[in-house]
Amino acid sequence: MIVLDNVPSGALLLAVGVLFAAGVYLLLERSLTRVLLGFVLLGNGANLALLLAGGRAGAPPITGVTDEPMSDPLAQAMILTSIVITLALVAFVLAMAYRSWQLHGHDEVQDDVEDTRIARLAVQDAPSYADSDAEEPAVTLDVEAEATRDEVALPDTAKATLPDTAKGTPPDTATRPAAAGERTGGGEDA
Amino acid sequence: MNLWTVQTLVPLPVLVPLFAAGLALALHRHERAQRFISVAALSVAVAAAAGLVVAAHDGPVVNDLGGWAAPVGVNLVADPLAALMLLISSIMLLCVLLYSMAQGIADGDGRTVPAARGAEELRRTLQAQDADADESGRRDVLPVAIFHPTFLILAAGVADAFLAGDLFNLYVGFEILLAASYVLLTLGGTSERIRAGSVYVVVALLSSIVFLLAVGLVYAATGTVNMAQLAERLPDIDPGVRLGIQTMLLLAFGIKAAIFPLSAWLPDSYPTAPAPVTAVFAGLLTKVGVYAILRTQTMLFPHDEKLEAVLLVLALATMLVGILGAVAQDDVKRLLSFTLVSHIGYMIFGVALATEASTAAAIFYVVHHITVQTALFLVVGLIERRAGTTSLERLGGLATMAPGLAVLFFVPAMNLAGIPPLSGFLGKVGLLEAGVVDGSVLAWILVVGSVVTSLLTLYAVIRAWNKAFWQPCPDERSLPARAPIPLGMIGPTAALVAVGVSLTVLAGPLWKYAERAAVMVMDGSTYVEAVFPDGAPRGTGESNEVQDETEGSTP
Repeated sequence: MIVLDNVPSGALLLAVGVLFAAGVYLLLERSLTRVLLGFVLLGNGANLALLLAGGRAGAPPITGVTDEPMSDPLAQAMILTSIVITLALVAFVLAMAYRSWQLHGHDEVQDDVEDTRIARLAVQDAPSYADSDAEEPAVTLDVEAEATRDEVALPDTAKATLPDTAKGTPPDTATRPAAAGERTGGGEDA
Repeated sequence: MNLWTVQTLVPLPVLVPLFAAGLALALHRHERAQRFISVAALSVAVAAAAGLVVAAHDGPVVNDLGGWAAPVGVNLVADPLAALMLLISSIMLLCVLLYSMAQGIADGDGRTVPAARGAEELRRTLQAQDADADESGRRDVLPVAIFHPTFLILAAGVADAFLAGDLFNLYVGFEILLAASYVLLTLGGTSERIRAGSVYVVVALLSSIVFLLAVGLVYAATGTVNMAQLAERLPDIDPGVRLGIQTMLLLAFGIKAAIFPLSAWLPDSYPTAPAPVTAVFAGLLTKVGVYAILRTQTMLFPHDEKLEAVLLVLALATMLVGILGAVAQDDVKRLLSFTLVSHIGYMIFGVALATEASTAAAIFYVVHHITVQTALFLVVGLIERRAGTTSLERLGGLATMAPGLAVLFFVPAMNLAGIPPLSGFLGKVGLLEAGVVDGSVLAWILVVGSVVTSLLTLYAVIRAWNKAFWQPCPDERSLPARAPIPLGMIGPTAALVAVGVSLTVLAGPLWKYAERAAVMVMDGSTYVEAVFPDGAPRGTGESNEVQDETEGSTP
């Protein structure tokens, strides 16, 4: 097997590292827009890494034109595919961030409902589910999901008394052009 | 090229749903046509998969797409493992499609979006329809114009992932099915689904990047992404590099399969989707991850005892953490999502033992679990329809209200818990046997852990059963006054339950087939032989006249 000069360019390698570092940092943010930027950086970093995997640049990969070592077309074909995939996913995440903004006036990724619930129960030192003989009806996750769906806009005091706020008016109705989201949670209450 | 060979069957499960998706999207105003196209496409996929199961029995069936030879061209390979997975997933997808169609018909198919006549008017129409939907209490509205094409694309992506003969095509298959799953999960764009969808999408995006990077590393290290060639070359590369690549692939697939430390996203995101969507996700998407782990870890990489030990520990953690989560839930959907995570542990257990018997048991278990988990989620969809809720605190009295529903829930629930003689029991016994034969301390711990998990699963489903079906209804007034559940929804559910039971009856031949699949995956040489016949460096494609193979490509 012919051993080609396959040492990748240091600058590109460094670029991959920087792209990944910045991408991971942004991915850990709460705002979907920043997460999206992080994903774009990560995607570009991965594509660059694929390019490096194809070895050094060479002559155009057309047989019979030149005797020099050719570039590896396979890696480039793969990059092309993954660029297209990244493009589609970016479009989707953008749409999702926009929808989130439509519904809530922000695009932050919200906490897991179950997490908030367990955290609250842990503070109260209460059992994780109510006994069927208990008199107080338990608050179901559906109700809670409705209450927590906009935790960023809720003031801290309201968060502490979650079940009570479940039926209250959502804070910033003015910034909600579409009311479609209103109909999901708490349907059983009626 | 002769079109009437068995090779022609291989691309059909990918191509037919993809074409049908395009056609269904173009015909979005004609709901009947759409329905017909979707059902026809998935029926063809089931038939093709059944043909492949028969054809692959004697050895993998390879199709070099477009006549390009294997290491450079893209090829689809249907070995017994891929064919079996394809068949069971196609059947399941068809059942879920019929179920969702009946649900859509019963609900008047939700919002019918008029042709765009200006954004303002469109929005007003949608809002009016939303208010309308709100009044009638319909929560699971599936906009059929989007749902059918997306569902078909999901089917194509799953088939592509199963049949992929190279790592990059596997990546593409994953992306196709994930992109479709993003749309399905956030269908309708309601507040709750956007919240759950954000987490799901971000986690899935990350896993895709990890996978892509791993593909790049594989290519840099071996100069190929073709699985048959990788099976030959990976044992020869530097062990450190190999371990790095193997771990990265495991990480990427581990997120998709929801193995313990990487499983936190699953129970929160799945239950918010409409019932049929949750059923597909729970039944299929995680199993595609398990399939990818099975394929790469056993076929491509040589034995690595340290990594196998790590996998065993992770399998144990997945089982126990998952099932303890399930025990604490008071919502049936979430409870089932947690049991799903838990039972992924069984499959990983089988893969990690890395013997032929354990791999066969894992394959059998995957097949069993796809049908059972999907059936359970479909039944929960029916429960939600009948009782208006899935909260165990509010459910009750269903055994008298809907005895048929009780049977439909009880059989797969017992199957999931592994009560003899059902297929869940057989799969677990196979795994335990393989663990005992292995005989190491860790394997014995896993055996004990499996039994404990099985008992806890029984406890969790019995609790759900007692609360939902046997306890008196806590609040009769909360019951929605509804027409009986449409037969079109019960039919597919019952069919899936029946498939689950038939796995018990047909366990003998199925187990033989799984063993055969396991032998071929473990060995790998039949796979390589099928892709590169007679030891040739290239496949059966027509691009043989290229002069020098090594020239230009990396060594």
